[in-house]
Amino acid sequence: MPPRLIMTDWTDIQTDLAAQGYVAAPDLAMAVHLSLALGRPLLLEGAAGVGKTEVARALAAMKGCELIRLQCYEGLDAAQAIYEWNYQRQLLAIRASGETGAGSEARLFSEDYLLERPLLRAIRQPVAPVLLIDEIDRADEEFEAYLLEVLSDFQITIPEMGTLRAVTRPMVILTANGTRDLSDALRRRCLYAYVDYPDRATELAILQKRCPGVSDALAGQIIGFVQTLRKEDLEKKPGVAEMLDFAAALAGLGVNDLTRDPVVLQAALATLLKTQSDRANITTEVAQRLAGRAA
Amino acid sequence: MRGGITRFAARDDGPAARVAGFMAHLRESGFKLGVAESDMALRALAATHPEAEAVRAALKCVACGSAEDWARFDALFDSYWRNGGRVRTKAVPSGSSMQHTRNCRSAAEGQASGSGTADSPDTNGDGESEDGGDGRLIASTIRNLMKKDLREVVSPEDIRQAERVALRLGAALRDRRSRRARLSAKGARIDLRRTIRASLATGGDPLRLARKRRPDRPVRIAALVDVSGSMTLYARPFLAFLAGLMRADAASDAYLFHTRLVRITEALRDDDPLRALNRITLLADGFGGGSKIGAALAQFAATYARRFVNGRTVVLILSDGYDTEPPEAMAQAMARLARRGCRIIWLNPLKGWRDYAPIAAGMAAALPHLDLFAPAATLEDLAALEPELARL
Repeated sequence: MPPRLIMTDWTDIQTDLAAQGYVAAPDLAMAVHLSLALGRPLLLEGAAGVGKTEVARALAAMKGCELIRLQCYEGLDAAQAIYEWNYQRQLLAIRASGETGAGSEARLFSEDYLLERPLLRAIRQPVAPVLLIDEIDRADEEFEAYLLEVLSDFQITIPEMGTLRAVTRPMVILTANGTRDLSDALRRRCLYAYVDYPDRATELAILQKRCPGVSDALAGQIIGFVQTLRKEDLEKKPGVAEMLDFAAALAGLGVNDLTRDPVVLQAALATLLKTQSDRANITTEVAQRLAGRAA
Repeated sequence: MRGGITRFAARDDGPAARVAGFMAHLRESGFKLGVAESDMALRALAATHPEAEAVRAALKCVACGSAEDWARFDALFDSYWRNGGRVRTKAVPSGSSMQHTRNCRSAAEGQASGSGTADSPDTNGDGESEDGGDGRLIASTIRNLMKKDLREVVSPEDIRQAERVALRLGAALRDRRSRRARLSAKGARIDLRRTIRASLATGGDPLRLARKRRPDRPVRIAALVDVSGSMTLYARPFLAFLAGLMRADAASDAYLFHTRLVRITEALRDDDPLRALNRITLLADGFGGGSKIGAALAQFAATYARRFVNGRTVVLILSDGYDTEPPEAMAQAMARLARRGCRIIWLNPLKGWRDYAPIAAGMAAALPHLDLFAPAATLEDLAALEPELARL
């Protein structure tokens, strides 16, 4: 065994994340570790509900820094993502002072009138924050191209003020769930990890971590049920968040054995199945069969 | 520590060369990797403990760029580092990089002798396992029924004509509005940012109002062409149309289907139209065979559509609707595709016939999901669709 190096190791990351209530698979822990060690953005892909966004939250809690989140959507533009001038205040200031000339312009385009949006805010923090760019595939190509520029230089140019360099380099996490193909350029800039539904042991660990009140026997049943449910042909497979809701619902209903009461189980399924056709597919009989197999 | 990692297949010197060798191995298997990634890999290794599992995980998140890469990586890793120089068989060609990796030659040998013209020096499948001398085996898909040289079917003149048609159709479909506003002299909304900026020159009075509006945005076209036996007659105009479409519109997508679905976008984008057709010929083994439209569409909806089809896409299906499978499969696939929010246009060459009724079970099952069902058998027919598409 080589001498332990000073740097934090990936297994340490795993332990630290677990302390924040996030159980990470080894591959994911390694990706997070490298992203921290090499200062590269991390691109997380995977189905909805597997805990991609949660990684960022746990990481921010672990490092004790701020989490800055940019939710992407179609039509997201620079004014929403980077900065915007506070026009109302600028107009008022012009009216109030009545002055003209260069001095006024310099004042109008100063910090006081600048509205920071997530990207600008992220590079101007005294303590490096975690920057979460959520669902990047929802934003359009133009924004992706701009983002590339920010991510490679960590500087933003505001024509009126000049170039603002990053005070600290944020740890960047991007998530995507495949609504659109991301450009190769963006993929190449990032480290990559595919987040899959957790395996049985991992998911059980997650459940016990998040809902310590659930008895071991019931926890085993819940995980078994959810895992077999995912193998069914569903439109929307239940994610980890849904599983936790399900467990909370069962706890709230006072259930301690899944197979005992079909009606209650069917009612609690509302937390797992989110489309009409999925509800129709998983009838009481099917649910009972799955629960029986899980037990 | 596990033993495998130190027993290197190739007798390279130094870790840098070994990692470079591994990166080359991945590249040959379809990973998109450059020098920067090799450098990143070395830096990643420097930041991890030299344990087999850690090395695997570290290289994995550096080298992978997509879910497919992620799924294939472990097998590739094992085949390179842990097999001690034995023949590697895990190098499955990826779907997206379809250049010269798909070896259909060996499987096609028997039937292909008649038309045997689909050869070019760069696609000689037989040499593939020998070159380089490291015994890489490339998986081949044996699904061949008969092989036809598409160069006999489509001429360059066709393609040029088709290009014009495709351009016009593309323009007709271009009516989705963007949510992203652009500066425009006659826009409905005021661009506050520019107005205020300009008002500084007039002492704060916004004299010149800058306006913005939401511009039109091009739609993406994804065209699926049926090349099964019953469609042989119509293959010529449709393939020319695909080739033209690819050259006219950089955002469009093209697929062929018969008993399975093949994405031919990359191949069709080849600079040389004839070489492009040659490449498709290699991909489209099974051309002129039976048709499983439902299965092909289901495959499309489950794979490519999830990545390339969204609310701004028009899916163009060119087929006669004669399916050898039960119609339920078709209905399900179409419903699934329609849920992507795209518009679906089905062009059926038979619809132009007198007294045609969509009684083919598959066709009838697809009808409820279509935005437009129109006849088209020739390039002229396609061109005539322009006003209809504009109305969609």
